[in-house]
Amino acid sequence: MRKTRYGMAALAAGAALVLSACGGGSGSNGGGGEASGGGDTVRIGIKFDQPGLGFKNGNEYTGFDVDVAKYVAKELGYAEDKIEFVESPSANRENMLANKQVDMIFATYSITDERKKTVDFAGPYFVAGQDLLVRADDNSITGPDSLNGKNLCSVTGSTSAQRIKDEHAANVNLVERPSYAECVTAMQGGQIDAVTTDDIILAGLAAQPNNAGKYKVVGNPFSEENYGVGLPKGTDKCADINAAINKMIDDGAWEEALKKNTEGVDYTYNKELNPPKPGDACA
Amino acid sequence: MTTRQSVLFDAPGPKARSRITITNIVGILIFIAAAFFLLKTLNEKGQLAPELWSPFLTAEVWEFTILPGLINTFKAAAVAIVTSVVFGLLFGVGRLSSNATLRSLCGVIVEFLRAVPVLLMMIFFWLLFGQLQVGNPADIPFYAVVVALTLYNGSVIAELVRSGVFGLPKGQREAGMAIGMTRGQSLRNIELPQALVAMLPALVSQFVVILKDSALGYIISYAELLRSLQIYGSAGPILQALTVAAVLFIIINFTLSWVANWLSRFLSSRTSGKAEPLTTQPMAVKV
Amino acid sequence: MDSLSEYFQSYLTALESYDVIGAFWVNIQLAFWAALGSAVLGTVLALMRISPVPSFRWAGATYVNIFRNTPLTIIMTFCILVMVFQLQINLSSDFNFNFFLWAIVGLSVYHAAFVCEAIRSGVNTVPLGQAEAARAIGLSFLPAARMIILPQAFRGAIAPLGNTLIALIKNTTVAAAASVIEAAGLMKTMIEFRPDVILAIFATFAAGFVILVIPVGLLTTWLSTKLAVTR
Repeated sequence: MRKTRYGMAALAAGAALVLSACGGGSGSNGGGGEASGGGDTVRIGIKFDQPGLGFKNGNEYTGFDVDVAKYVAKELGYAEDKIEFVESPSANRENMLANKQVDMIFATYSITDERKKTVDFAGPYFVAGQDLLVRADDNSITGPDSLNGKNLCSVTGSTSAQRIKDEHAANVNLVERPSYAECVTAMQGGQIDAVTTDDIILAGLAAQPNNAGKYKVVGNPFSEENYGVGLPKGTDKCADINAAINKMIDDGAWEEALKKNTEGVDYTYNKELNPPKPGDACA
Repeated sequence: MTTRQSVLFDAPGPKARSRITITNIVGILIFIAAAFFLLKTLNEKGQLAPELWSPFLTAEVWEFTILPGLINTFKAAAVAIVTSVVFGLLFGVGRLSSNATLRSLCGVIVEFLRAVPVLLMMIFFWLLFGQLQVGNPADIPFYAVVVALTLYNGSVIAELVRSGVFGLPKGQREAGMAIGMTRGQSLRNIELPQALVAMLPALVSQFVVILKDSALGYIISYAELLRSLQIYGSAGPILQALTVAAVLFIIINFTLSWVANWLSRFLSSRTSGKAEPLTTQPMAVKV
Repeated sequence: MDSLSEYFQSYLTALESYDVIGAFWVNIQLAFWAALGSAVLGTVLALMRISPVPSFRWAGATYVNIFRNTPLTIIMTFCILVMVFQLQINLSSDFNFNFFLWAIVGLSVYHAAFVCEAIRSGVNTVPLGQAEAARAIGLSFLPAARMIILPQAFRGAIAPLGNTLIALIKNTTVAAAASVIEAAGLMKTMIEFRPDVILAIFATFAAGFVILVIPVGLLTTWLSTKLAVTR
């Protein structure tokens, strides 16, 4: 009988754990939702795993997206310590805006007609284009058409590599890895010849201390991606944010941020399309 | 174990001993050669550079990358363990019910859930919760990980509960009946408590599976240990970051497996059932 | 009724535009070759763990402890990141087939640890008298293991071996970590492009695995009673 008591006590303890776990879960959930309503802080969605654009380094955030976000937030009246950066992976961006989980998103977020149905965009604050990253001493790859017989890496779920195979080089070998860092490591090992995605992302990767001087961006972009600031549908902030972006471009901080985040890389952004000139209204 | 082994072969004589020594030396040489080849190539590719490894010894990386990742891994595993046990008890008892409809309904659900890969369920719930906008979008990966782990491991535990009760000597229930208990009373007061003690080691082995499978959460961007280190490694030291993740997982799971073995030795005196840790997945389909 | 048939129609068009059978065929091939690979490797490991040579026993135990306790995703990632990308060990000159072969290696290496433990549990079902009898007629370790112990051990280990096979079939979904496109990856893509029929898509893939796994389970149960050594 004594043993039975133990068994029942264990069951009760288990049940208590379930209850407390559930309680804790919903508590933190409620806490997360209300922050965007608070007056003096701003929640900004960025990428955490894209060095050069949005990267979480210890408890600091670095990259071009982060620099633009900080500048815009300052212009909107938020000091740097009032910004809370939140990870917003590509798949979650629309949801996070719809749920008021974040106030703005600066996360290599291309403005497309499809997305404009559910979110509003300020900007663009940068015009990127799909490009290739190759080893610094590799002169055989000059653009997507010279990739036949080469090994090309992109991240899982991205359509950019498939586009090259369909439209430019039918005999390219494609491989998908979970992160660009794995692609770059593979290129360092010699098994992969090129990595593809937007030029600024590639430049950011190549600018990392461990990669310095080893890779170059080919500089022959073959698409046009307008990076916008994602905002909840029906926002009234587009004009203010666009004014802030224009100010950043005019006073040189924009150019400086780009330089700082792609330092040491053989890369120049597309001068025909940049810097962009966002108007007053949402994009 | 040792008695069994000594029966399989003679105590080695001088000739056998020298042969064993030679085999050992050859084995060690092969191992050293493979390790040398591995290290040499990695070194040539610059993967052994100290600056790629030293960050993982700094307090900063532990504070902002490894510990938060570990906490998320343990959080998902702990919640999933509790919910799986509850799920397992409910469906396990359901499969023992005297009501035929309930019994077969629980049976079909449990068998279905055990046949579907955890990863498939994780991806499905992640996308489904995203579509239904369940709760805070940032927490959706966590919900998906916990729900998928619960459904799969809960159904495994349900099977453990059932086989645990079946594994008890028949006399236990008969004794219960003899003193006037109903079937349900005997199940609750006599069989289940003993079955639970007997299945504890197997249960702890299943907890190792839960902990290990929580690493699949990185595929749906849940910031557990593997994913945190992957984010940290995205600036370059990806190989090193994944190595650290592997070492940490091995240490944690090895400790838990050891606890499972210790529990089985400790508990075998406390039940008339069989207290054994699971060395493999439990029987998938029983008819 | 109309909306139901509409749903079914859009599900059918979604199904037509993707090669679901082809994706499952990849999983089946992975499972088949990895089952062979892990059976061979697992048997060798089990032999090592009961062998007279202490260093073999130690090596076998270390192998099992390491690989059983590492998440499969990490093993698969290391196969690609270290073996292919750094050491450049190519199992095939065909770029994509190389990843497929390494996925088989990763699956085999991981499940061999479980096969080894299953066989060892089978060895434990062989009565001591069998080993003593083998010794009494003068058989040394390897012949005794080959002719007396292992045949009985395999028959006693059918249930756990069957379960390892089932786990292996389901774990082929992790092959995406080795850049192999298979059912789980295809399901993700399909749902992302056809979110309107998410339930039907999941049901299709889940049913696919149920169809693969249940017969193996039934066969295992039947075999383990039919082949059980009566004692």
